[in-house]
Amino acid sequence: MTSVDLAAGPSGPRPKRLTAGRVGLYAFLVIAALFFLIPLYVMIITSLKPMSEIRLGNLFALPSDPSFYAWAKAWSSACTGLNCDGIHVGMLNSVKILIPSVIVSISVGAVTGYALSFWRPKGSNFLFAVLLLGAFIPYQVFLYPLVRMLSIVSLYNSIPGVVFVHSIFGLPLMTLLFRNFYAGIPIDLFKAARVDGGGFWAIFLRLMLPLSTPIIVVAAILQITGIWNDFLFGLIFAGRENFPMTVQLNNIVNSSFGEKEYNVNMAATILTALVPLFVYFVSGRWFVRGIASGAVKG
Amino acid sequence: MASVSIRKLDIEFGSIKVIRELDLEIAEGEFIVLLGPSGCGKSTLLNAVAGLLDVAGGQIWIGGKNVTWEEPKDRGIGMVFQSYALYPRMTVRGNLTFGLKMARTPKADIEARVAKAAKILQIEPLLERRPSELSGGQRQRVAIGRALVRDVDVFLFDEPLSNLDAKLRTELRVEIKRLHHELGSTMIYVTHDQIEALTLADRIAVMNGGIIQQLASPKEIYRRPINRFVAGFVGSPAMNFVDGTLSFSGGSPAFVLPDGARIDLSGYAFLGQVEEGRKATLGIRPEQVDPFERGDHTSQLPVNLTMLEPMGADSLVWGRVGSSSFSIRIDGDQHIDTPARIDAFFSPDHASIFDAASGNRL
Repeated sequence: MTSVDLAAGPSGPRPKRLTAGRVGLYAFLVIAALFFLIPLYVMIITSLKPMSEIRLGNLFALPSDPSFYAWAKAWSSACTGLNCDGIHVGMLNSVKILIPSVIVSISVGAVTGYALSFWRPKGSNFLFAVLLLGAFIPYQVFLYPLVRMLSIVSLYNSIPGVVFVHSIFGLPLMTLLFRNFYAGIPIDLFKAARVDGGGFWAIFLRLMLPLSTPIIVVAAILQITGIWNDFLFGLIFAGRENFPMTVQLNNIVNSSFGEKEYNVNMAATILTALVPLFVYFVSGRWFVRGIASGAVKG
Repeated sequence: MASVSIRKLDIEFGSIKVIRELDLEIAEGEFIVLLGPSGCGKSTLLNAVAGLLDVAGGQIWIGGKNVTWEEPKDRGIGMVFQSYALYPRMTVRGNLTFGLKMARTPKADIEARVAKAAKILQIEPLLERRPSELSGGQRQRVAIGRALVRDVDVFLFDEPLSNLDAKLRTELRVEIKRLHHELGSTMIYVTHDQIEALTLADRIAVMNGGIIQQLASPKEIYRRPINRFVAGFVGSPAMNFVDGTLSFSGGSPAFVLPDGARIDLSGYAFLGQVEEGRKATLGIRPEQVDPFERGDHTSQLPVNLTMLEPMGADSLVWGRVGSSSFSIRIDGDQHIDTPARIDAFFSPDHASIFDAASGNRL
């Protein structure tokens, strides 16, 4: 062995940090980011301009006199069909639909996934296959039967009705997500808890649920963005009084009455997109993980 | 304490019969080891006793009660897993008390039992730690403790030491033996490690293909294996097997090698009548052969020595008898020249003879 002078530190030239590959990579990332940010930029500056300035047609020009007039109007006085109360009514409705739907769909999915992966009742594989099959049938097919069913039990045109629909359609994905997550937990843990006298609910609540934080976060992200962005179920099942934000946004943007107020439309659209946008920003890492783990891998 | 009785047990996975018509009687306080290669059904049998899988037929009795369809918690058993299976989000104390809380044990009682178990297993300083902060040996102690606090009648061990390194394995093996002496509980222990089996067991059940091949004391299993599978599975290095035929002409029984050499077998206790010329296998353990002197041995066989392998306390001499590989264990201080052709001495009453076709002891 040759002796090494430790005080001199590592020998040889320091590896270069800036290589041609790095530069190319960053250049690509910057261009891609710009490409996707331009629409957002246009939306924001348009929302801050008055209509007189928009009519000039300089799409990329900064507003000469920025004002939040359009935002205020979109929030509280834009006309959604016959009512002119702005989009804030829809936001409240969306929250009322979102919170119970997310809680119910995740809870039911977690319990189903837990039962399917650990207790494996007779026919559980068949049940799971049917559930997955359900996820691949376009849900437009179910709309009419569901409308009939809900009106029979007097849930049609109500928030509980739309929550029910969201929970049903969230079930396949939620079950798949939780089943795959629990399949990764050693079966010995479950056996040990059974020997220790744990029952169905005790094992779920005291042992499995505390282990499920990562997958609950992933499920919550998927459900929050999915349910918030939903248009069809809200339009069909919620009823006129309970239209969610997306439906009201559509009513504002697509009103064929008078001049198109692009600034108000842009402001209303950004307001509607705030919740998913916020979720993406705070949970980027988890979101990617969710897409990569449970949903895709069998 | 309780006896365990398994009667005509059948276990199926789909259309595959994993265990068929298995009978096993385990006495109160007995330490029984289920020994066998992977896939022999030993863990399946243990899981069935624990009530963790459905049986297709037969009965399981624990402590004089038919528990075939009872829940695991109602069987008076505790189980220790190879993977420890500690509840990751709970402290050691949480792990120990989970079962007691499930059974709604009074609080003061829980405290006392945890304190006692922690003392026996020397895990008192670890009670507030999480499993992730423990070493493998400590985790397995906690796992044993989980069965201990519940005051179970029967301990089930599913390869508890397989995930530990060699030194810890020896340590914990002694610990488990001590525990058995102190508690006097019935213990069923699954392993594929013959050393664990031979050191721990009152009786060993050697399993293969879902069937108990031999159920006997460690000494009996080692000395008088019932068939060639048991003989080859137990013992390291493995028993030497030499093929040949049996001859009873000329007054005394003899084993005839393919090249015509006769090995005297007088003194071997045949289990039954064997006809002349039966194809058979002679089995001799490496330490039952003496390559140096005849001593009290009455028989000898010719060995072509090829190589000496020192292993510290003793050495292995490798060679061939006819076309079969053959090993002899000698003291580590002794030396023997290789290659060489020698006569090795042995006593037929220490050897085993198996039928070549069925593999059963003759």
